[in-house]
Amino acid sequence: MCLAVPGKVLEVGEDLIASVDIGGVRRRVSLDLVPEVVAGDYVLVHVGFALQRIDEAEAVRTTRLLAEMFAQDDVPPPGGPSTP
Amino acid sequence: MKFVDEYRDPAQAQRLLAAIRRRSAGPMRIMEICGGHTHAIYKSGLDQLLPEGITFLHGPGCPVCVTPALRIDQAIALAEGPGRIVATYGDMLRVPGARGSLRQAQARGADVRIVYSSLDAVDLAARFKDREVVFFGVGFETTAPANGMSILRAARLGLENFSVLGNHVLVPPVLRFLLDAPGTEIDAFIGPGHVGTVVGSQDYAFLPRDYGRPVVIAGFEPNDLLEAVLMLVRQQAEGRCALEVQYRRAVREEGSPVAREVMRQVFEVVDQEWRGIGRIPASGLGIRQEYAAYDALRRYAGELPEESPADVGEYVCGAVVQGAKSPLSCPAFGVGCTPEHPFGPGMVSSEGACAALYHYRRTSPGKEAQP
Amino acid sequence: MSEASHSLPAMIEASHGTGGKMTHDLVERVFVPAFRNPRLEELGDQAVFEVPGGRLALTTDGYVVKPVRFPGGSIGDLAVNGTVNDLLMGGATPLYLSAAFILAEGLHVRLLQELVQDMAAAARRAGVEIVTGDTKVVDGRPDDAMFITTTGVGLVPPGIDWSPRRIRRGDRILLSGTAGDHGASVMAARFGIELETDIPSDTCALRDAVLRVRDIPGIRCMRDPTRGGVATTLAELSEQSGLSLTAEEIAIPMREDVRALCDVLGLDPLYVANEGKLIAVVAPETADEVLRGLQAVPETSGAAIIGEVTDDRPGYAGLRTALGALRPLDLLPVEQLPRIC
Repeated sequence: MCLAVPGKVLEVGEDLIASVDIGGVRRRVSLDLVPEVVAGDYVLVHVGFALQRIDEAEAVRTTRLLAEMFAQDDVPPPGGPSTP
Repeated sequence: MKFVDEYRDPAQAQRLLAAIRRRSAGPMRIMEICGGHTHAIYKSGLDQLLPEGITFLHGPGCPVCVTPALRIDQAIALAEGPGRIVATYGDMLRVPGARGSLRQAQARGADVRIVYSSLDAVDLAARFKDREVVFFGVGFETTAPANGMSILRAARLGLENFSVLGNHVLVPPVLRFLLDAPGTEIDAFIGPGHVGTVVGSQDYAFLPRDYGRPVVIAGFEPNDLLEAVLMLVRQQAEGRCALEVQYRRAVREEGSPVAREVMRQVFEVVDQEWRGIGRIPASGLGIRQEYAAYDALRRYAGELPEESPADVGEYVCGAVVQGAKSPLSCPAFGVGCTPEHPFGPGMVSSEGACAALYHYRRTSPGKEAQP
Repeated sequence: MSEASHSLPAMIEASHGTGGKMTHDLVERVFVPAFRNPRLEELGDQAVFEVPGGRLALTTDGYVVKPVRFPGGSIGDLAVNGTVNDLLMGGATPLYLSAAFILAEGLHVRLLQELVQDMAAAARRAGVEIVTGDTKVVDGRPDDAMFITTTGVGLVPPGIDWSPRRIRRGDRILLSGTAGDHGASVMAARFGIELETDIPSDTCALRDAVLRVRDIPGIRCMRDPTRGGVATTLAELSEQSGLSLTAEEIAIPMREDVRALCDVLGLDPLYVANEGKLIAVVAPETADEVLRGLQAVPETSGAAIIGEVTDDRPGYAGLRTALGALRPLDLLPVEQLPRIC
């Protein structure tokens, strides 16, 4: 239920079958569940289907929110005083 | 790898751990629902690094573990029929039923094949028109749309030799079942990230609303999980109880509308047997009548067993799957039941609580693992 | 001499295994021209050779890989390199190989020739001769092609005594290159999974690497991690030495595409097979020297120190994860299969 990996859509072929690159490994992946995806998008691949488009803007936003949390809780940056 | 490496960065993990330690206000029993999260926790060892009061309970989100033995028996019966091909995900191959596993049936000569995608099973049917292909498809809401899509594609291709033996289960009903049982000691939840991708985050709003338990829907890399724990710890420290999404890059509030529509089109909600737990009403998905031709249960009704002796009496397996008991409390654990000779799915599935604990305990003699 | 040159049949038949004219034909026209050496050409029931006084190493292995050809190699390469490496892991200079073939009826002779050529080329690169052999034919199922058993003999110089018994606490663990390449390259083609990759099998003979460092003192033992991967070898060495071989996850070299393939299929790359790598356990005083020696040889240029021997959990191997937690590396009870969950 859980194994899904991010991949980059290289090209969209016939019948909503796309060629997707996952870290240097390529496979045909069905876009049946996310038909609006285009080449260049990143998608989550699960059992040969794209489940969802990965939202880069949200990824960036999460990183920012996390940085704010660290600042609020006074967590030292990496390379700072080492934690036990 | 983009969208992966960033979430495995060890320096960031140390910051997250430091933040957790600073904010942790007391003990917290967190249930991670999804088997993939269980696996990720053990693989990274992050449970060892959290403050002592934060413990994990392993939840029932392992579709392999909760598939009734009857389904395995039915899959084997189908595989042994003449001219049949049974195609399935690798996970199911070694799960024991009453007559052994699909792997053992394969060794006896049945044509059982591993596929990576349900569409590969459809391809087999298109290629081998003289064979009957049965796709044994299990899963939660993450996988149900993909499995259901195989029926829609087969219908579009006009294939008459393809059907699905399905075992599809839903997460919210089993969580309610767990929480309604007396004595359940769960303080918070880590919600299933890839289920959330399909169904959306709102499916889990009932946890804080009806049961007063906070839930954070998390991704699967170590830093995703650490961030989710941090978010729960902060809620605890601030006296909040809410649904939050850590896995924002993949989980939208509304999920994936097309995937949900496929599920609605092909399946309907039915009562469902959960291995080791029993019957939970409205907790599973059955194939709708209009796709009866693709439903192996209807198509082959005459030759399928209707109950399995292996489904009776596995009370401890069920309790473990529900996170209510530790595998350590099972008299068979490590004695009769080992990964080499699994008695139940908790030991066969690599993410099952039993298998994970068995390996940890065996190689750390004298160090009792936390249940 | 044969009469007017008749060509070899297109496919292997049962008669090729009976020891009669067809077997002789096959041997003389396929195996001998490929392996070409004076002892083999005598075609006796045995090959006879002198050995200087000393210790001999003897090893044998069966090769049953499917598919028989995969990116980066074939069963022919494995059958030579695997056995040569087993000799080298004992510190032996490899000398001679025997090869027993079990061929499936219906195997295309052209394919057989190609695989035999692969063996011959691998033998030349590894500095060994294939001096005797055998051929049998069995009924085959459509995707069976051939099984090969090679037995190898080599010479262990005096003073070399490599064994897990010699491993001590504080020793360093060296891995000669990236983990999981062979299994990943084969897995991509198996089970009809149809993943396209550029991952080649890493099959190769480690002769130059081992002979270059063999005389450096402080090498306790070597082992090549084949099926079961790096983790299984660390677990075995831990069991056999009674100590704990502990590896650092971030120190283990790995190709990104191998990691990605394992992510897709839910495999643990530490348990995925290798065919051209070695693990060496070396005293701390000379570990760097052995490392530099390995890095100077092309086949082991990616060598790295991946961990250390402790006595924390006697008999069991461990992995310090990227997060800093310690997780056990146990022997896997069963073969890893792709999973979705």
